[in-house]
Amino acid sequence: MINLVYNEMLKIVRKKRLFIIAAIIAVLVGLFTYAQFKHVQEVQKRLGTNDWRTQLQQQIIDTQNRLNSSGISEEWRKFLQIRLQQQQYYLDHDINPSAPGAPTFMRMFVENSIELFVPLMVMVVVADLVSSEASGGTMKLLLTRPVKRWKILLSKYIAMVLSVSFIMLSLAVLSYLISGAVFGYGGWNLPLLTGFAVHGEELNTANVHMLPQWKYLLIELGLAWFVALVVGTLTFMLSVIMRSTAAVMGIMLAALISGAILSNMVSSWESAKYLFMVNLRLTDYISGTAPPIAGMTLGFSMAVLAVWGLAALIVSFFVFMTRDVY
Amino acid sequence: MTDTLVVQNLRKRIGKKEIIKGLSFTLREGEVFGFLGPNGAGKTTTIRMLVGLIKPTAGRISICGYDLHRQFSQAIRHIGCIVENPELYPYLSGWENLEHFARMLPDLPKERLHEVVTLVGLQNRIHDRVRTYSLGMRQRLGIAQALLGHPKVLILDEPTNGLDPVGIREMREFIRFLAEKEKLSVLVSSHLLSEIQLMCDRVAIMSKGEIIRIDDVEQLLKEQARVYWKATPIERAKVILAEQTAVLGEKDGMIVTFYEANQLAAWNEKLVQAGIHVSEIQPKLPTLEDLFIELTGGETID
Repeated sequence: MINLVYNEMLKIVRKKRLFIIAAIIAVLVGLFTYAQFKHVQEVQKRLGTNDWRTQLQQQIIDTQNRLNSSGISEEWRKFLQIRLQQQQYYLDHDINPSAPGAPTFMRMFVENSIELFVPLMVMVVVADLVSSEASGGTMKLLLTRPVKRWKILLSKYIAMVLSVSFIMLSLAVLSYLISGAVFGYGGWNLPLLTGFAVHGEELNTANVHMLPQWKYLLIELGLAWFVALVVGTLTFMLSVIMRSTAAVMGIMLAALISGAILSNMVSSWESAKYLFMVNLRLTDYISGTAPPIAGMTLGFSMAVLAVWGLAALIVSFFVFMTRDVY
Repeated sequence: MTDTLVVQNLRKRIGKKEIIKGLSFTLREGEVFGFLGPNGAGKTTTIRMLVGLIKPTAGRISICGYDLHRQFSQAIRHIGCIVENPELYPYLSGWENLEHFARMLPDLPKERLHEVVTLVGLQNRIHDRVRTYSLGMRQRLGIAQALLGHPKVLILDEPTNGLDPVGIREMREFIRFLAEKEKLSVLVSSHLLSEIQLMCDRVAIMSKGEIIRIDDVEQLLKEQARVYWKATPIERAKVILAEQTAVLGEKDGMIVTFYEANQLAAWNEKLVQAGIHVSEIQPKLPTLEDLFIELTGGETID
């Protein structure tokens, strides 16, 4: 089995796909870093370098005043207290909340790339994993070895998981290293708020708590990895079913883009929440943005993605093991 | 001689159409077996079933005693094959391609790779990318790949397709060498009659999904061999020959009879004794082309 996976990895590496993807990520990170840098400069110019401290001070006083006022709910009081702690931490540790370090940049990059960029990169690697063997005729050679068909497909699947992991890793490492050169490498312990839940029109702050940034980041990277894996599995299935890599890419691209569009307009079409492509923004649940359709939670979205992934896996193996190869 | 590949009543149905209608044949050790038929006769489909790419609807395939369906891994170990074109990974070198397939075989010593490379004579270019290979070199690399695991049966689908005349001759000699010296059973498919005639011991003639004849190539040819006689006066000669054998007709002023090697001299003597002037005795072996047309009732080839 190790030999088989080694074979598959060798083919992926020799096709230079992973290298191209790392290069794309590096270029994009550089681009975004520069944009972010310009933005920070702009903000600082407007506020003056030291103004953020007085501003933060002002915010803390505001929060305290609100805490002292009577007639606020218990939940809201708790939220404000946590908020206060966060602001105090920024002030105590001399952190400008609007001037990010590399980990903050990483976090933003992951949050913004989870829906489209990461799936696209995954697609580029996975789309031709099986279909290229079929269209190139090498499938016939693979399947006439003394190795069972399911083992061959499993080795390819494992290679896919490894490649997806590599993509996520290079995304994390490259965005850290490149943005750090501009923003500094600190900020791992920055406290962030999480645990917001949206119920209907109301923001439920009952479970809000603080999380150091490294933990927060780890969770988000994990979620992004999960999304990448599911998208990878779906692409994998299409790659098994179809001989044409272009068709695989076309279908996946259409699905992903339609997901991005649907997210913005399906709030009234409730059953759309069972589509995998509107469930890709898992990190939104951590940062507390309202989901596209009411009633969606982190658990729900992950379950939907897991079911899609599992179904795709079953279809892939079934088709691959029973199909006649012409 | 032992049987290496046994096929019994092999059938394949696609939708409502039966495209392979009950094939049975065996391959013996050390022989080259030809699969002859026009395009669309079902040669490639049959070969794909033999190597496990297509599941037969019915029938049994056993390779060195292992059932291909139930003991796939053990059975397929004894088969080396090239199905249609020798397609390998163009972005890897020839050597890396061989390593790739060697890794899929259990416990293959590294020396075997050198062995097969030397066997097909690719030493000089083996570390170049396959993308840069000519078709002939790809064909050789394909054979090297097929021979990696010491197969007992080698299956080659149209092995000389696209090769130049020199390449075709080399391939032919190589296939004969493998059968005679390495004791492999080689199954070769072709739609070219001359090719089968030159390199096969036995031939199965296929048409529309059925085998219409299996026999030794020599036997087949002999059966259809004829003798042309040029003699004067022709009418008397015909009468005398008809006493000895069947006269099949007249062609270009010559009498046509069956060919019986040990009888020719005696027949000739009879003619001479009767005062007939015999100027030519011409034995003629038919081409497989004639044969094929006769057996299939005029179905064209190609």
